[in-house]
Amino acid sequence: MDDLYREIIIERYKDPLYRGVLEPNDISFEDENPLCGDHIRIDLRVDENARVIEAAFSGHGCAISQASADLLLESIIGKTLDEVKQLNKQDVLDLLGIELGPVRLKCALLPLKVVKAGVYGLGEASDSLVEE
Amino acid sequence: MNTTTAERLDLIQIREDFPILKREIAPGIPLVYLDSTATSQKPLAVIRAMNDYYERSNANIHRGVHTLAEEATAQYEAAREKIARFIGARKSCEVVFVRNTTEAINLVAFSWGRKFLQRGDRVLLTEMEHHSNLVPWQILAQEKGLELDFIPVTENGLLDLDEFQRLLGQKPKIVAVTQMSNVLGTINPVKQIAQLAHQAGAVVLVDGAQSVPHLPVNVEDLEADFLAFSAHKMLGPTGIGALFGKEELLEAMPPFLGGGDMIKKVHLRSFSANELPHKFEAGTPAIAEAIGFGAAIDYLSRIGMERVAAHEREIIHYALEALSEIDGLTVFGPPADQKGAVASFTMRGVHPHDVSQILDSQGIAVRAGHHCAMPLHEKFGLPATTRASFYLYNTHQEVDQLVRGLAKVKKIFG
Repeated sequence: MDDLYREIIIERYKDPLYRGVLEPNDISFEDENPLCGDHIRIDLRVDENARVIEAAFSGHGCAISQASADLLLESIIGKTLDEVKQLNKQDVLDLLGIELGPVRLKCALLPLKVVKAGVYGLGEASDSLVEE
Repeated sequence: MNTTTAERLDLIQIREDFPILKREIAPGIPLVYLDSTATSQKPLAVIRAMNDYYERSNANIHRGVHTLAEEATAQYEAAREKIARFIGARKSCEVVFVRNTTEAINLVAFSWGRKFLQRGDRVLLTEMEHHSNLVPWQILAQEKGLELDFIPVTENGLLDLDEFQRLLGQKPKIVAVTQMSNVLGTINPVKQIAQLAHQAGAVVLVDGAQSVPHLPVNVEDLEADFLAFSAHKMLGPTGIGALFGKEELLEAMPPFLGGGDMIKKVHLRSFSANELPHKFEAGTPAIAEAIGFGAAIDYLSRIGMERVAAHEREIIHYALEALSEIDGLTVFGPPADQKGAVASFTMRGVHPHDVSQILDSQGIAVRAGHHCAMPLHEKFGLPATTRASFYLYNTHQEVDQLVRGLAKVKKIFG
């Protein structure tokens, strides 16, 4: 279990690289995990080819959700929105490099859920966005 | 309030009674269960009572005249009587079996409330209520156009009784209040609240989900009109709880759910309701669970609620003192002598989920989140807290383990 708190997770939690707010932005979405109250907002700027050029997250949450947001945003910069739509649960777990039980999985997947709901332009984020 | 050694609980014996407490979470890492506020562990006596019922007496109740049906009915009704005695109800027909505290409160809202509340009537709650004592009233308020008012919680986690007196001036029809907060641990002066509420002409519902398992509670003494509580937080099984209601109130209320057992006569277009308490128990109930509930009451009665409460007072004093020495840790709620054995806290720079996960790796089970009290967390500006809670089987050594576990959290998050 101590693997859960790998150095990279603690590092990104304490000193995230993509924390902040982008105003104006092209895509902005926020959601929360009602179980734990974690709240994440993600802002994206995209270029004329629908490629992500800037990304930032804000809100509050546990080390897993915050590190997941930071690593996810890092990974999507340079990707097209169509490529972002293809991202899934396993991509997030690969970024984090850990395995998670069902409860903490929700923390890890919240950022991806928020990103995808934003990219798809949905009214609300649903779990089906991040299922395999 | 002091306990002499002779009156102290025999922790070794008590822990023997709970098979799960011998469990290891990983090889060499014993379980330290500090989440009894969410649900308590169950003694062998409860597990056996339910098994025995299934192995020997399983049958549906209140129908059929065969031996098993008689035995099942007798055991089910005996459980009701035990519960009635345990809370000092005058009659066992004042105890209605429900699924849990939540259902008990819903029953009052949708039976009593639908009949006796009208547009513009006021319902007085508190800011420290569990969602189960908020949402049913919100639903009813929407349906009927009621006004909800809330007794504020002060900085130190107590109810603002001056404000309560002022709100009583608006003549609420019902005051529904928790006797013990599941987050702050605050023990509210429910008797005083009930007396004042009654003088103002209101009916009083007490949410006893946390108090009945941990304190001696007597409905006559409290002057409660309704008292709601769950078995699973007091050593019993899940799926069963009780609503106490004063006979005259229950009599005046319409049925809650319709179906079998709650009727006297049924025609194609009409029915007449059964007598108390069966009027409120539609359908086949949780029979084994009711019997398990009865066994839990037997267990607690044998030990004595005064002694349970005294043990928990000692543990929470010890725990709050130990936690106060941890730098960066904040415990919410009133001082130890005004609360039950619940410590909700935050650690600077570490999310409650992470605290809880790292404690789990050391076998320590605590709860992280908003504990079904989002408005209270909002009030204190917290998305979540970590909560350690204690019961009659918890030891001082377990508090020490918690403190050591928190040291490890600090080390990981440095």
